Amino acid sequence: MTSLERVLTTLSHREPDRVPLFLMLTMHGAKELGLTIREYFSKAEQVVEGQLRLRARYGHDCLCPFFYAALEVEAWGGEVVFREDGPANSGEPIIKKPEQILELVPPGIGDAAGLGKVLRAIEMLKSRVGDEVPIIGVAISPFSLPVMQMGFGPYLELMHERPDLFERLMRVNEVFSANWANAQLDAGATAICYFDPVSSTTIIPRDRFLRTGFQVARRTLQRIHGPTAIHLASGRCVPILEDLIELGPAVIGVGPLEDLGTVKAACRGRVAVLGNLNGVEMCRWSPQQAETVVQETLAKAASGGGFILSDGHGEIPFQVTEDVLMAVAGAARRWGTYPREP
Amino acid sequence: MQAAIELFQKALLDLDREEAGRILAQAGATLTPVAIAGEIVAPALERIGNAWQGGDASLSEVYMSGRICEELIDAILPATDPGRTVQPKMAITVLRDSHLLGKRIVYSMLRSSGYGLLDYGRASVDELVERVLQDGVGILLISTLMYPSALEVKEVRAKLDRAGAAVKILVGGAPFNMDRQLWREVGADAMGRDAAEAVSLVAQTIEAAGGIS
Repeated sequence: MTSLERVLTTLSHREPDRVPLFLMLTMHGAKELGLTIREYFSKAEQVVEGQLRLRARYGHDCLCPFFYAALEVEAWGGEVVFREDGPANSGEPIIKKPEQILELVPPGIGDAAGLGKVLRAIEMLKSRVGDEVPIIGVAISPFSLPVMQMGFGPYLELMHERPDLFERLMRVNEVFSANWANAQLDAGATAICYFDPVSSTTIIPRDRFLRTGFQVARRTLQRIHGPTAIHLASGRCVPILEDLIELGPAVIGVGPLEDLGTVKAACRGRVAVLGNLNGVEMCRWSPQQAETVVQETLAKAASGGGFILSDGHGEIPFQVTEDVLMAVAGAARRWGTYPREP
Repeated sequence: MQAAIELFQKALLDLDREEAGRILAQAGATLTPVAIAGEIVAPALERIGNAWQGGDASLSEVYMSGRICEELIDAILPATDPGRTVQPKMAITVLRDSHLLGKRIVYSMLRSSGYGLLDYGRASVDELVERVLQDGVGILLISTLMYPSALEVKEVRAKLDRAGAAVKILVGGAPFNMDRQLWREVGADAMGRDAAEAVSLVAQTIEAAGGIS
């Protein structure tokens, strides 16, 4: 079975040969190539080489040519702040006063050099792997993007106190996010991971989500011409699980603090579940601990298919060692085979 | 008092500034500003914070509540008021992290509960250590979202120890909530799971230090 066949089988709620493993390794390619994180992401070719080497090393079932979230806000004129030991952050907000939202125009995807690099990386990966392995594109949701566009506090204030400008910002962002997702699909991405941490009940209550993030997601996902996964990063999803399922994604990402068994039971036969290894704890796991946690995680969610083993945040910290990643990958192969023992 | 706390909490969750202000004004007939902060505002915020920890409230509710309280308390208890809780010098910061929301929430909660503290904004390890030593800070709160920033607390601890500064470091934020052993690993003195717990930790730290430094 190829990785893509394995993933498609589990997405159709049947058991493949073994549980697919998605190691969402974005920065580790820099280590493979002996580059700093900044250098690594400066050329699409390097990301392609990094992704292919990582997959050759760990044998996981996806390619993840996601660079860093701040790349999207860079397209709007924002700055990116690199660090040597973790993901790049966005710099000063581009929206300093709410009234600026009235003048905001979504940037063209072709006009942003950073986005172009990602598209080239996807195209090159597609030409190298064809249909053997899924290539996962990423789009930050229009509802979560403002955290980088204007800062978290000011965005929450806008959402609560300026519904007119909030609505306008969503409409502008929706155009950008859908265009960005579709450009990645056109370049060869198999599916889009719609990252929407602000919709989590960790951040906003369900009633507000239904009036805001849910409506935004519904409109945006309808515009994306391909399969999607909804990921709330490490935020809670259980209280809005039925709402997320209603949005029609193929996959829902589950954070490390959720009860994976509960989520899997609720999603069984309806939507596949991806998760939920704890990436932060992974930084100090021993290989033996990795093996144990993988076994426990599989026991909670693997039966019947509809499950992809992954971390619960959508990005594995740079500090996680090769030994631990090897142990996770080895345990997934050893303990993830179907049919599972009762 | 219980009824006032409950009404105040409801007004905060409804984002009803006017009602929240009215409840405090009414309480002002019998309570001093310091008592209002300690007996109505702090318990209401603590309940909302605890609800967040239990999954029954969201961060946006905690944030907006803290912001309303800060405005209301600042109006009756200015930053320089000698009535504010006497304490060691206290500061709050984030380490090379663009995510300032957690810091803002804890800052609001502490100020609304009657504490005074310095806001260092975002700082590098060296800038932070220099400012802590210069200001004679006794309690340092560090808020984090990014895992690498949480790891930098270790460096802050080492540099403060080397300088012979007896500073209590209290940490909080997502990496510490994801990995409950991490705060010890980086040499912090305590970890707060949420802003309400941060306020309790500050109170405990001050009490353990004998009140005034």
